[in-house]
Amino acid sequence: MDTLLIEGTQKTPTVRFDASKGLVEIKGRSIPENSIEFYKPLVEWLEKYAVEAKNQTQVNIQLEYFNTSSSKCILDVFKKLEAIHKANSGVTINWFYDQDDEDMLEAGQDYESIIRVPFKMMEVEG
Amino acid sequence: MNLDTNQLYVEAHEADVFFAFEGEISSERINVILEEIETKTEAMRIELRLRKKVYNIMVECLQNLYHHSDEVPKTMADRLGKSYGVVVLKRKKNTFMLTVGNFVSIDKVKSLSEKIEKLNSLSKEELKEMYKFILNYQKLSPKGGGGLGLIDIARKSGHKLSYQFSQFDDMYSFYKLDIVI
Repeated sequence: MDTLLIEGTQKTPTVRFDASKGLVEIKGRSIPENSIEFYKPLVEWLEKYAVEAKNQTQVNIQLEYFNTSSSKCILDVFKKLEAIHKANSGVTINWFYDQDDEDMLEAGQDYESIIRVPFKMMEVEG
Repeated sequence: MNLDTNQLYVEAHEADVFFAFEGEISSERINVILEEIETKTEAMRIELRLRKKVYNIMVECLQNLYHHSDEVPKTMADRLGKSYGVVVLKRKKNTFMLTVGNFVSIDKVKSLSEKIEKLNSLSKEELKEMYKFILNYQKLSPKGGGGLGLIDIARKSGHKLSYQFSQFDDMYSFYKLDIVI
């Protein structure tokens, strides 16, 4: 299946979803006024990927900022990944945060407590 | 009552003003404001943790104005245009004070006050639980607002929110929210 590549902008993140590598990456900023529109193709891609998921899927989430409108959409992405994980394909979510950014760490922990997928909190030195 | 939005703007403008804006909040305007905030906080070497809090809370406030600000009362529209918001960010040493203001229709005053009072009554842990509950169980509104904005602001601020409604006429009130960051 096709790799989903979206270039980042001032308000939306860089996206790289690569089925052949089992790699799902969202990096940058996610602060659009309307996030549903942006996240729709991501969720749809994951629905298709679920059918042919790799044994191991690595998920890298490295966000500098995200707004509350995106937070629901990110949860939707994680719920798709949770379904893949449940179907006996291993999924790991690597949640990157800046060393001094407690709010971003806490946001990752919020998701970790809702979603039944192993999370790894990855501290990035500033 | 005789509400002088300009006076409000001038008063908030008095000391230590880091950033101030009044006018229509469009998507493009939000970009411009955020860029300015980012450039300034970086240039002034504000520590990363605080810089990110300020930026995040600004995003939520500006997008709240963008999505939820009601139209300007007809009698003020000549001067202020169709939509109007005030944003003033002040700095005192290591603390920022953000004031945002906009018109709301009077029927929203009660529910909005109750919502803020509720948030102010919750502990850090309770705010976290409320945030997670709404994140997990409530759908996004068609406007894209998640109902999470104010809770997120309260969490990231770590201080009680203070607010004021000044009745403008029999249809509108001017809503002012003060956030300590």
